[in-house]
Amino acid sequence: MKLVYWMYLGPAHIGTLRIVSSFKNMHALMHAPLGDDYFNVMRSMLERERDFTPVTVSTVDRHVLARGSQEKVFSNLVRKEREEEPSLLVLTPTCTSSILQEDLQNFIERAMLTSSSTILLADVNHYRINELQALDKTLEQIVRHFCNKTTVPEAILTTEPSVNIIGPTTLGFHNTHDIQELKRILQSLKIKVNCILPEGASANQLTDLPQAWVNIVPYREVGLMTAEYLKKEWGTPYISETPMGLIGMGKWLTRLQETLNQISNRPQFNFSSFIRKQTFFVSQAAWFSRSIDCQNLTGKRAVVFGDATHAVALTKILTQEMGIYVACCGTYCTHDKDWFMEQVQGLCDEVLITMDHAQVYDMIVRLEPAAIFGTQMERHIGKKLNIPCGVISAPVHIQNFPLGYRPFFGYEGANQIADLVYNSFTLGMEDHLLEMFGGHDTISTKENIQDKDGEFNWDSKALSELQQIPGFVRKKVRTNTEKYAKLKGFTTITIDVLYEAKENASSIS
Amino acid sequence: MENAVNFNPEIQIECETGNYHTFCPISCVSWLYQKIEDSFFLVIGTKTCGYFLQNAMGVMIFAEPRYAMAELEEGDVSAQLNDYSELQRLCAQVKKARNPSVIFWIGTCTTEIIKMDLEGLAPRIEAEINIPIVVARANGLDYAFTQGEDTVLAALCQRCPTSTQSNQSKNLVLFGSVASTVSNMLTRELEQQGVSITGWLPAQNYTSLPSIPPQTFICGVNPFLNRTAATLIRKRRCVLISAPFPIGPDGTRAWIEQICSVLGIQPVGLVEREKRVWESLQPYLKILEGKSIFFMGDNLLEISLARFLLRCGMKVYEIGIPYLDQRYQASELSLLKETCDQLNQPLPRIVEKPDNYYQVQRIQELKPDITITGMAHANPLEARNFLTKWSVEFTFSQIHGFAHARDILELVSRPLRRNTSLGELGWTKLIKSEPILS
Repeated sequence: MKLVYWMYLGPAHIGTLRIVSSFKNMHALMHAPLGDDYFNVMRSMLERERDFTPVTVSTVDRHVLARGSQEKVFSNLVRKEREEEPSLLVLTPTCTSSILQEDLQNFIERAMLTSSSTILLADVNHYRINELQALDKTLEQIVRHFCNKTTVPEAILTTEPSVNIIGPTTLGFHNTHDIQELKRILQSLKIKVNCILPEGASANQLTDLPQAWVNIVPYREVGLMTAEYLKKEWGTPYISETPMGLIGMGKWLTRLQETLNQISNRPQFNFSSFIRKQTFFVSQAAWFSRSIDCQNLTGKRAVVFGDATHAVALTKILTQEMGIYVACCGTYCTHDKDWFMEQVQGLCDEVLITMDHAQVYDMIVRLEPAAIFGTQMERHIGKKLNIPCGVISAPVHIQNFPLGYRPFFGYEGANQIADLVYNSFTLGMEDHLLEMFGGHDTISTKENIQDKDGEFNWDSKALSELQQIPGFVRKKVRTNTEKYAKLKGFTTITIDVLYEAKENASSIS
Repeated sequence: MENAVNFNPEIQIECETGNYHTFCPISCVSWLYQKIEDSFFLVIGTKTCGYFLQNAMGVMIFAEPRYAMAELEEGDVSAQLNDYSELQRLCAQVKKARNPSVIFWIGTCTTEIIKMDLEGLAPRIEAEINIPIVVARANGLDYAFTQGEDTVLAALCQRCPTSTQSNQSKNLVLFGSVASTVSNMLTRELEQQGVSITGWLPAQNYTSLPSIPPQTFICGVNPFLNRTAATLIRKRRCVLISAPFPIGPDGTRAWIEQICSVLGIQPVGLVEREKRVWESLQPYLKILEGKSIFFMGDNLLEISLARFLLRCGMKVYEIGIPYLDQRYQASELSLLKETCDQLNQPLPRIVEKPDNYYQVQRIQELKPDITITGMAHANPLEARNFLTKWSVEFTFSQIHGFAHARDILELVSRPLRRNTSLGELGWTKLIKSEPILS
């Protein structure tokens, strides 16, 4: 057992559900107790999804515990198949159901006899892998199911150069914006996007996957298994660089150019002038780094923490593109430790690989950076320690699902990141100046709760009740009560007057 | 089988598949740790439980809450590790870091399935670390959302002292966790009628739990506390005052009247008091009158809210509810029936263990003006031009007593008022395709 207050990563089934609900017309049936469908709330709230989340629960209750699921899972599979007619139904075990050790595969086989949909059992072990590993695994499982040597014996490449983008999922950090940015760049290079996987893809597109010239896996956390599989079966090469930051973008485009040239008979791709133009003139980030404003950032100390993709990419941007000193760079992707260490080697003083936010907290306290770049948790650590924080990675809250166009990838992404970094530090400096000159307001903000004019006499009980009311509405309640007392001719305000006033206030806000 | 007995033969209750969305009952930790100020809640479960709590509670998680997960690992599930020494180690850690007056162990689905003997382990560890350990099995196998509080309070019943502090012949203990302003208000309301209260379960502190000698009168303030009521009756020999719940002015008046009548007191000025509250609600009633409402059901407050809203002049199409204890809610159900009869309204369809899929189809047919539903369905319904109010807000708002009737109507009328301001724009159906479930 472990004492845990906070988790950077969710359980495995969340990864599976994120993959299934990213696809079009696929449905997940969770074998889970009541209340485990919290994923639907997250998707509906964080992503502000307009459609019903395609996840249903086959409830595990006392009866299931006593007698097994028996007909229940089977009939729920058949029912969902009939109601939703999905191209794929994924039976998803949860940590609870996996210890029941029921033969779920058997239910699937029975249901398949009567149904026209395909049904798969999500192949994830809840006690061994986390949300991100399950993302990778489930995507590969689904791709493998629809796209294999039986359904696609031979790959015929598209005549025009084309790529698959593998990785964007529902509830992924700025994923939709990132992919839009990559699509724009590919379009201006006249490279077709064959398929985007899994967000928005449908099952019948999956057999087209081997037609792409190159697979693009921009996120370290999801898609590598699928890309490896496609490479093994049809020899499709893949590039796994992260197209983040100006240097990152340059490297990514160069890798893409090399890979495409290896496929076509004659080398026809040369992106160097494109890279130059974008870096120097389209994106503002390179110029921004040279501008004197950015000079003030030189040698400022920062701490970076997040998932592997974003923590690595941001560390590179801070150190190589902005002259910022990264005191510590860390990740909670403990399963990808070696890759992470290798990537950030030489770029920072320390590396921290942990899932325990308390360790991250201690590290930040010890290093006292001028700014933090991290997850929602680091934002709160920063608040507590009075250190500004830019959010660069999941887990995040609803404010990190912005409506406006906010990619992290590509040349526009570089602009966005430059703003994010700069604004964090400016605020930090402002804060120091304020402190130096004694803050905005040197008068104690503690509200004097006893009436100043003495027009009304609040008795002690009423006063203590008033103190119970949250600070931000207390003043309003106080004014309303006194107004009411005046109207009724009371001079002493007792607890009864307070309540009466509350009842009689009928303003609709 | 209490369920099989129909206590009010005029009320028909349907039962569907139980395929509905609700919060896991361990969510009760979020309000109970705040209510019981010297407590610490240890949820013994898996990553799934932790993930739910951390997401459901949003920002509260960063406020150094007095709760944590005892996260079970593979070794715990396969019994390679010893439950006793593991829990003892964690509880010692909690004691050292927080030194609470009580540690609650919240059992989950996993501890049920692997049959971890929490009730057996607790007394041993309690004796060793010298902090009371209270065990509540608030798991999703058996319970929904607010029923979590019920399991915790039922476990707390056993910890209340027996001694009689005063010589008064009639002890009265109220049960249900409400904000202290609400409990103060309800207490005063009764005191004004000459009813004195021995205490509340739970109290602000574990160390100040009320004394419950045999023959104590008890009365609940929330409709989901049937287990607590049963425990107080059976284990502590209490006498339950079955009353409607003090939700809405009608409910509050009936609640006070029922308590007074059992204690042989003639209530004074209550009718006028209720009337005055209704007058102050006029602006809301104008908005709500004649509008229809559909409760999908997820927190067990549904019967009381529906009864109040009927009285406000609304039409109730369906009352979905996770679980309906007809014995504990008997008075509330009678008041519902009475309200319908008086207003000449048909009795709403009551659906226990609803099926959300079928409910969405019924919503599409009935086209209610407002649907009270969970967050999983709220946005998709709004996108299809159905006004919704997020049901969980009723659990986390102050809704009890005369003074808070307005807060309920504020919540219920919000989508309608929001819609008045957006009404001219014609942005109603915001999905591309017609089918409701796709």
